[in-house]
Amino acid sequence: MSRVGDTLFFETPVGVETWAAAVGTKEGEGPLGSCFDYVARENRFGKKTWEQAESRMVEIACETALNKAGLTPSRLDCALGGDLLNQCISTGYAMRGVGVPYFGLYGACSTMAESLILGAALVSGGFAQRTLCLASSHFCSAERQYRYPLEYGGQRPPSAQWTATASGAVVLHGGPAPVGITAATAGRIYDPGVTDSANMGAAMAQSAYETLRTFFRDSGQQPADFDLIVTGDLAAIGRDIVIELFRRDGVELDGRYQDCGMLLYDESQDAHAGASGCGCSAAVLCGRLLPDLAAGKLKKVLFCGTGALMSPTSSNQGESIPGICHLLRLEANL
Amino acid sequence: MKLDRKEYQTLYEKKSPPTPSAKTIPAAFLVGGLICVLGQVLRTVFENMGLDKEAAGSAVSISLVFLGVALTACRLFEKIAKFAGAGTLVPITGFANSIAAPAMEFKTEGFVLGTCVKMFSIAGPVLTFGISASVFYGVILWLMEVMG
Amino acid sequence: MMYLKAFLVGGVICALSQVLIDRTRLTPARILSAYVVLGVILTGVGLWGPLVEWAGCGATVPLLGFGYTMAEGVKKAVAESGLLGAFTGGLTATAGGIAAAVGFSLLAAFLFKPGDRS
Repeated sequence: MSRVGDTLFFETPVGVETWAAAVGTKEGEGPLGSCFDYVARENRFGKKTWEQAESRMVEIACETALNKAGLTPSRLDCALGGDLLNQCISTGYAMRGVGVPYFGLYGACSTMAESLILGAALVSGGFAQRTLCLASSHFCSAERQYRYPLEYGGQRPPSAQWTATASGAVVLHGGPAPVGITAATAGRIYDPGVTDSANMGAAMAQSAYETLRTFFRDSGQQPADFDLIVTGDLAAIGRDIVIELFRRDGVELDGRYQDCGMLLYDESQDAHAGASGCGCSAAVLCGRLLPDLAAGKLKKVLFCGTGALMSPTSSNQGESIPGICHLLRLEANL
Repeated sequence: MKLDRKEYQTLYEKKSPPTPSAKTIPAAFLVGGLICVLGQVLRTVFENMGLDKEAAGSAVSISLVFLGVALTACRLFEKIAKFAGAGTLVPITGFANSIAAPAMEFKTEGFVLGTCVKMFSIAGPVLTFGISASVFYGVILWLMEVMG
Repeated sequence: MMYLKAFLVGGVICALSQVLIDRTRLTPARILSAYVVLGVILTGVGLWGPLVEWAGCGATVPLLGFGYTMAEGVKKAVAESGLLGAFTGGLTATAGGIAAAVGFSLLAAFLFKPGDRS
């Protein structure tokens, strides 16, 4: 393991052993619907509250991921994860029954990438043999915390994004695996001064651009070295901004650059600019990117989790929205 | 490339699509107008039942509030409002929805601390400003009367 | 004819509000609060009364009308009971709508749960 600038290089790749995505009904009806391990029949997951529903979805993702590799929780050295709810209750309550050492993380919608970086560092540093990395979000629990009650009759502007009801669980270990994490860049916070909480893609786009640029500088690689570069939930507006910012530097991303927020729903699903939430990048990673890497359809991928680090309190106080982006380099083991 | 905030703002405002006002404004006009017509119909009915002008006004408000709450409870209000926007928000039906929606939503946190506390989270400012303005106006009227 | 006038005036008020929502970043709570205050002011300066005469519910059903009802109630109460009326008039006149909203909402919360929108 070595470090250049903000980027960690894992000379021995950290293995992505198993993974699973559990999603809600709307995500199941979307273009990636058939990719997910578990699609809910109803979004309450048989529970009384939306928070319990989200917790249950996290449990399902964990159980499915472990089952796919024939693992039990006792084989895990620790779990790292988080969600969007205050005090990260969905993940905390889901981990209550698992009984492994647990680190609760908050990186807003970048949490999947954040947990993978830390999980990979623990494995690579020899502090854990096997780590479980998690992230989740639920439209209904997020909506009632961040915006309005579900039955409130408001309209969303076209720049608004739809919080994905989705959860991803990934198990990392030091042994052989179909996919490896070979490098990771820890993101810094960038705040371009966007105050409109209905335009989060714009608020996060700069951090995605800066983290990608940092990685290219630290690694000496360039966009053409990758089959695919994906950002977490910049959606239509944020994605356009990232392309434009690189274009001003004379770098063309188009063609090999996608955003998870634009993959989860199609036009007819009324998601406006696209998907958002921790679950968005987590589910696309576990439902699409990791399977494609494992199958050899993709060889080298940059996975960039993007997060907007605001809260309803900071918004009401007129603060602008700080963005963060954590990056992972994923490679298929040939 | 270094970015200054102004430049960034120009960039993202250019990329952000405008609200499709050609659709939203006619929808608000149509639905808002229809709710007012419904109010007028109810008013005629109540007046024919022998209510005086003020009582009929109250009865219309109560009926439309009932309609707003009932549509919210049946999960229809939000669907209509998505199309109608200000057309359902600005009539008194919107006031009813703004109280009923959090009342239902926060039931999971208990009747007292959930429903009753959160019920005014949207309508609270409307009531506060309305009551304050009416008191202020009343005091002015009284002063004008006293001072002749 | 009254129905047509109510439709036009009510529709125009809602359409103008939609312009505010689309073009500014004012939240609904702010727009509605402003409307109630504006309703009191417009009634106070004698502009809203004639519109109510002309358009009926077109002018009373939108929240501006809530302000109108409050202002009219205060005017009557001050004439009847002086300064005390300044405090009782507004709420007395609008008590029906407010009490209905609270009562029915409590009932709705008791009987129904919010749906899933995702």
